[in-house]
Amino acid sequence: MARLLSLLRTQAFRIVLIYVVMFAVSVSAIVAFTYWNTARALNSQTDQIIEAEITGLSEQYQRQGLRGLTDVIVGRSVRGGQGLYLLADEQRRPIAGNLDAWPPLKTHRSSFIEFAYERRIGGQLETRFARGKLFTLVGGFQLLVARDVHERYLIQRLYTRTLPWTVALMLLVGLVGGGVLSRNMLARLDTINRTSREIMAGDLSRRVPVRAARDEFDTLAANLNQMLDRIERLMRGMREVTDSVAHDLRSPLNRLRNRLETLQRHFEGEDATAGEIDAAIAETDHLIATFNALLLIAEADAGTVREAMTMVDLGQVAEDVAELYGPLAEEKGVALTFQHNGVVNVTGNRRLISQAAANLLDNAIKYTPSGGGVSLAAAETPGGAELRVADTGPGIAETDRSRVVERFVRLEESRNSPGTGLGLSLVAAVARMHNALLLLEDNRPGLRAVLRFSRLRALPAE
Amino acid sequence: MRILVVEDDLEAQRYLVNGLKEAGHVVDDAGDGDIGLTLALSRPYDVAIIDRMLPKLDGLNVVAEMREHGNAVPVLFLSALSDVDDRVKGLKAGGDDYLTKPYAFVELLARLDALMRRRAPTSVKTRLQVGDLELDLLTRTAKRGHTAIDLQPREFRLLEYLMRHAGQVVTRTMLLESVWEYHFDPQTNVIDVHISRLRAKIDKGFETPLLHTVRGAGYMIRSRN
Repeated sequence: MARLLSLLRTQAFRIVLIYVVMFAVSVSAIVAFTYWNTARALNSQTDQIIEAEITGLSEQYQRQGLRGLTDVIVGRSVRGGQGLYLLADEQRRPIAGNLDAWPPLKTHRSSFIEFAYERRIGGQLETRFARGKLFTLVGGFQLLVARDVHERYLIQRLYTRTLPWTVALMLLVGLVGGGVLSRNMLARLDTINRTSREIMAGDLSRRVPVRAARDEFDTLAANLNQMLDRIERLMRGMREVTDSVAHDLRSPLNRLRNRLETLQRHFEGEDATAGEIDAAIAETDHLIATFNALLLIAEADAGTVREAMTMVDLGQVAEDVAELYGPLAEEKGVALTFQHNGVVNVTGNRRLISQAAANLLDNAIKYTPSGGGVSLAAAETPGGAELRVADTGPGIAETDRSRVVERFVRLEESRNSPGTGLGLSLVAAVARMHNALLLLEDNRPGLRAVLRFSRLRALPAE
Repeated sequence: MRILVVEDDLEAQRYLVNGLKEAGHVVDDAGDGDIGLTLALSRPYDVAIIDRMLPKLDGLNVVAEMREHGNAVPVLFLSALSDVDDRVKGLKAGGDDYLTKPYAFVELLARLDALMRRRAPTSVKTRLQVGDLELDLLTRTAKRGHTAIDLQPREFRLLEYLMRHAGQVVTRTMLLESVWEYHFDPQTNVIDVHISRLRAKIDKGFETPLLHTVRGAGYMIRSRN
C-alpha cells in the first residue's frame, strides 16, 4: 500500500495523469464539436427539404383545393422513402398521409419538431424518429410534413453511448501507463537516493550505478558521480593540506620550543633572563594552542576529522565535564549544578563533544562572578537532544551573539582575560559537524548556551 | 638509560639528543625508518622515541617490525598528527605512548621516565605507599599515619596515578589523559585545582609535604628520603 502511495506521489505519474486528463478532455471536445456540427448540417438539410415541400404543398392547396392536395399527399405517401405526410382537419383527424396517427406534439407550431412514430417494416412494428414541421392551411386544415431521421438518431445514440466509455478507457490506459512509467523512474531514483543516503552516512566512496542505456538518468548518475569524485578529491586535498600544514607548522614550533627550553635549562640561575625565557615559552604555548584550535576547527568544518562517529551519551559527557570543572567552580565561589536526566544518546565524536562541553563550561565559569551559579544539563527535548550550559554572568548582548562564534572575535569586556578567542568558534564548528545547533540565549540574567542535536539524523535509513 | 631516537627532522633530532644527553641518558639517533629498525634490533635500549612519519619506513611499520621480531622495548611515538584516531593507530601498532608535536621537553622526559619504570617487573600491588601515606587498592581507602583520608573516586584515581609514579614528574597532560581520559587541553588549568584539593587532604596538618609542584613541568609525589 505504501509502495502504491509512493508510486502515486511521483512526478512521472502526475505528469502522465495530467496529460491523460487533458487528452481525454480535448478528444471529447473535438468529438462533441464534430457531432454537433454534423447534426446541425444534417438537420438544416432536412429542414430545407421540408420547407420546400410545405411551400409546394400549400401552393397545391391554393390552386387545386383540398382534393388536389389530398391526391398529391396520397401520391407521395405511396412512394415510400423518407418523406412523411399527414393532413388532418381542425380536430386533427387524419384525412390523408402515411402517418397512422397524429404524433404527440409538444412544441409550438412554427418551429421544427422531432417526434417518434410507429411504422410497419416487413411485418414488424418499429418505433422510429422523425423531424418535421406543422403547417396550418387556410380553412383550418393541419398539414404535418416530416422526414424520417432514424439513421441520424442511431448515430447520435452511438456517439453519446460510446464517448464516456472511450474516455474511461483512455484514462485507464493512461493510469496504467503512468504507473508503469513512474515505477521505472522510481526504481532508478531509488538507486540514486539509496546511494546518496549511504554517502551522507559517511561512505564517500560509494557511486551511483550507471547503466548502458545512456538516458537522462544515466546522465544524472554520471554527473552525480563526477561531482562526488570532485568532492572526494577536495576532501582528500583538504586533509592533505591540514596534514602538511600541521606537519610544517608544528615542526618549526617544536624546534622553537626546544631551543627555548634548552635556553631555560642553561639560564636556570639568572632571574631576568629566565623570566623572559619563561614568558617566551608561554607565548609559544599560546601560539600552539591557537594553532591547534584553528586546525581542529578547520578539520571539523571540512569533515576530515578521522575519528569515527560513535554513540555518545550527552548526560555522561556533561557529568564528566562537570566533575572536571567542579573544584574550579567551587574555588571561584560559583555554584555548579549538574542535572542528570537519564541517558541522552547522540551519534557523534566523543572527544569533540567533550571539548565543546568543556569550552562552554569553561566560559560559563570564567564569566560568572563569585556568588553566581552555573548549571549544566543534558536532556531530551522535542527539538532534539540538548546539552545546556547556563550561567548567571553578564551574558552576551543580543547584537553580539552571532558575532562571538566567529573566529578570534572577543568582546570588549573580555579582551584582557586569557584565551585564544577560538573557544566558541570551536563549539560552533563541532555543532556544524554534528548537524547540531549552537543556540546562545538569554538566561535572565546570564547566558544559556544550548547544543541541540537534531534527531532527524538518528532516523534509520530506509 | 640507553635511548634510541628515530627522527627525520635533523634539527629537532639534534635538540632531542642534546636534551636527553644533558639529562644523563645515552642516546643513539637515526634519520630514517630503515636505520632506526636496524639499530633497534641490533642494540639493547631501555626506550625508543620514534617519529610517526619517517622516510623509507614509516614509524608505525618500524614498531610493528620490532614487535614481530620479539623486541619489547617501550616505544614513545612523536607525531605532528594529533587526532585520537592517529593515537589509537600508534598504540595499536605496538607503541606505548604517543606525544603530539610540539611538546614540552619536560613532558617528554616525564613520559620517558614513566615508560622505563613500566618495564620493571611489577608484581600485582594491592597497596601503594609513599612515606607514611598508604593507599589500599582493594578497599579503595587511604590513610596517612593513623589518620584515614576521605577521598572522592576521582581523587582516589588521581592519587593512585601519582603514587604509582612516585618519585617521577607527572605532567598535567599525563594526568588529564590517564585520570580523566581527556585528550584535549582545557582552556583553564583545571588540573591545578584538583591537585590543590588533593594536597589539602593528604598534606594539610602534616609535617612533611608529599605532593610537590615541579615548576614548569607538573607534579611529583615523594617522601623526603
